[in-house]
Amino acid sequence: MSQLQRFLRRTWQDFYLVLIMVFLYAPIATMMVLSFNSSKSRTQWGGFTLRWYTDMFASRNIMAALHNTLMIAFLSALIATIIGVAACIAINSMKAVPRAIVMGITNIPMLNADIVTGISLMLAFIAFGISLGFKTILIAHITFNIPYVILSVMPKLKQTSRSTYEAAMDLGAGPVYAFFKVVFPDILPGVLSGFLLAFTMSLDDFIITHFTKGAGINTLSTLIYSEVRRGIRPSMYALSTVIFLAVLALLIFTNFVPRRKPEK
Amino acid sequence: MKKNVFVLSLAMAAAVFWLSGCSGKADNPGNSTGSEANNAASENSAGSSNELYVYNWGEYIDEDVITQFEDETGIRVIYDPFETNEEMYPIIEAGAVTYDVVCPSDYMIQKMVENDLLAEVNFDNVPNIDQIDPAYMEMSKAFDPENKFSVPYCWGTVGILYNTKRLEELGVAPPTKWADLWDEKLSGEILMQDSVRDAFMVALKKDGFSMNSTDENELQQAKQDLIDQKPLVQAYVIDQVRDKMIGGEAAVGVIYSGEMLYIQEEVANLGLDYTLEYVLPEEGTNLWLDSWVIPKNAKNKENAEKWINFLCRPEIAKANFEYITYPTPNKGAFDLLDEDLQNNESVFPDTDSLVNCEVFRYLGDDVDGIYNDLWKEVKSN
Amino acid sequence: MSKKLLAAPYLVWIAGFIIIPLALIVYYGLTDRDGAFTLANVVSIGTPEHRKALWLSLWLSLLSTIVCLVLAYPLAMILRNRGVGRGSFIVFIFILPMWMNFLLRTMAWQTLLEKNGVINGILSLLHLPNQNLINTAGAIILGMVYNFLPFMVLPIYNVLCKIDDDTINAASDLGANSIQTLLRIWFPLSVPGVISGITMVFVPAFTTFVISNLLGGSKILLIGNVIEQEFTRGSNWHLGSGLSLVLMVFILLSMAVIAKYDKNGEGSAF
Repeated sequence: MSQLQRFLRRTWQDFYLVLIMVFLYAPIATMMVLSFNSSKSRTQWGGFTLRWYTDMFASRNIMAALHNTLMIAFLSALIATIIGVAACIAINSMKAVPRAIVMGITNIPMLNADIVTGISLMLAFIAFGISLGFKTILIAHITFNIPYVILSVMPKLKQTSRSTYEAAMDLGAGPVYAFFKVVFPDILPGVLSGFLLAFTMSLDDFIITHFTKGAGINTLSTLIYSEVRRGIRPSMYALSTVIFLAVLALLIFTNFVPRRKPEK
Repeated sequence: MKKNVFVLSLAMAAAVFWLSGCSGKADNPGNSTGSEANNAASENSAGSSNELYVYNWGEYIDEDVITQFEDETGIRVIYDPFETNEEMYPIIEAGAVTYDVVCPSDYMIQKMVENDLLAEVNFDNVPNIDQIDPAYMEMSKAFDPENKFSVPYCWGTVGILYNTKRLEELGVAPPTKWADLWDEKLSGEILMQDSVRDAFMVALKKDGFSMNSTDENELQQAKQDLIDQKPLVQAYVIDQVRDKMIGGEAAVGVIYSGEMLYIQEEVANLGLDYTLEYVLPEEGTNLWLDSWVIPKNAKNKENAEKWINFLCRPEIAKANFEYITYPTPNKGAFDLLDEDLQNNESVFPDTDSLVNCEVFRYLGDDVDGIYNDLWKEVKSN
Repeated sequence: MSKKLLAAPYLVWIAGFIIIPLALIVYYGLTDRDGAFTLANVVSIGTPEHRKALWLSLWLSLLSTIVCLVLAYPLAMILRNRGVGRGSFIVFIFILPMWMNFLLRTMAWQTLLEKNGVINGILSLLHLPNQNLINTAGAIILGMVYNFLPFMVLPIYNVLCKIDDDTINAASDLGANSIQTLLRIWFPLSVPGVISGITMVFVPAFTTFVISNLLGGSKILLIGNVIEQEFTRGSNWHLGSGLSLVLMVFILLSMAVIAKYDKNGEGSAF
């Protein structure tokens, strides 16, 4: 291949990457710019302002929704991780047929459309007489989070060798002790990524929350939905800017900072 | 399914996070956000009778009024907005979420009464009821024959809001009747209400029928009209009509009368180069009344009555009116207003001049079903 | 024995919050208001308005899946051929928007597309005629593509990364030109990724009601909207459940397609 051809190909590829990048980031950048625009208009620049940010932080609704969102994400991820890890260990020791059945059911919430999962849970809560509210959102989130934990932990568990665990038992360790000393360190990466996965899933969910939420409670997703249906206020742009920067910082931190440490 | 992808992305991310030689530091992001979340834990404790669950239309109260009620009574208000009567009804009916006090419109109150969803208001706890203009108590009898279940909150009409400058550009005369919303020149410039009864009201009234029609042929004709109109419609929206019209998104919009004061103020504040005018269509329109009611399954009925009584207090009703600018049936509050406002026809239309106006009635579940099916046909077309 | 006990909480959980809820959908879907058995709710998918909504959902989600595939495949190829590692910054850039809240991403497009939105603002600056962008089928497809594109890129990228450079070199050593390599080597080896990408975009696009609500101005009724409204407005839960059952059948069908092509689970991460 000639030098020129290679150069052209490379340029074309760069162009393509930039194009997609613009597509992905233009909307986000637009919201960032608008969040500082003192005019409510989206086409005229009325000067720089931080008013929408103060509005946002002063808003009882937005702050409560933020709290709820984080709280539900954290609790549901934690509980799902505990139930999921326990389930993994049990499933791993099951016979082929029950294991296949349980794993099949585990896949349901992942494969099913969110809208059906949400509706089915709502019907169940009403049938059980559980009034909708914080706890029903939490239960719903745990329900769709457990499969992610199981799918993260299962492969790790399969890789651990049974013999080390048995060796520990032979040497006098109780099953619990042996588990935490021998098996757990091996599956820890899976557990942590499962937790993180569950946390993210919960943060991003709208549809299932939409059907299972009750009086006076909003997560960020449901709040944004009702705000957008009422007409977008600039404080929503401020909110999205803050969320984007938070996600960016978090990801850069977890992705790139720790990696360098061991090398130093 | 979306989640599946997250599995992939996170598996990838996880591979980076945990497997790239840094197994030592298990300080994961979940933990840091978690502690933050814990601080917010107290936010959602449920239970005590010191609460009041209010379910009201969006943008339909002055938030300061809520705060004032909380300060005065020590009752904590949990406030949720709904967009349409139709959206509110299944929530109350299912009972999975219990609200103590709700503010539906006339025909929906009738439906709730007939389906035994409402509790009688104990008027001993609502002495301020005497502030309500008797005319509106009389009007309430259409849906609450003995005035047992409801206390009027706001009333108004439905009309057309139009952007004078935009219409000029389009070469269209200002609308005077519903039929003007079928003008081809307005293609993409019309905002219609996204609720079944309001949408059919427009079409039925245009054709000269009653908006409470149950006649198969009339309804079919109205449906066909709405289908014909659909290509001209920019969007079916509810609360967004106001902001979209202020933002100059459309030339005409179907809107509830009460928004006018706010809109004119906002247009002046923003220094816009166009004006928005409101017109009551000559074929007649919907005269509506929103009232507070207490669902049967309310857990804090007495608090609900305190709430209703509080809102009927003239000064409060006045403050509330000044914020939401919907005509108030509260005589005490009306008397407190400036004479200019009292005589402002676009805020307080003269009820006698409202020819051909009707109040929605609940038509029974079967007819409701027919309306819903026809509306779905319009929407899916 | 004690290990079996560990499954207890999970088994209770699946019974209470997966099996019973689904059974309730089946129950509601197959009964009428009086609780008598009926197939009417399921069969009502055949009424003109439901059929239209279903057809439109299929059509829009298929189109957006195709657009995603066409955009994502070259992107994944480029990323893979640049030899960028899995944790590299470039890949990170392409998945980052996915971590933003789904509703905020959709809201952004509303801001851009509206009549007095940003795009029309730019057009008038350039003295070009304003375009009617929002509340069209195109806006909905755009919203779907924007929201779900990373879901197509990732599985394809993951699969491509597993293809050995030696395989590619062997092909060109044996005289294959680049088009032949693409068609005979790259594409067949990446099928599992493509298939799972397709379902990951197709299913949420097919069942969405949020995107059509926010970018379609309620003018465009998708099957997701119909179901959502039966529950939140029409208050006919039986009909909504019946239609949900139909929706599940469609999803099962698409799962069957994946299972057929993706036997080894190569398309997924694990």
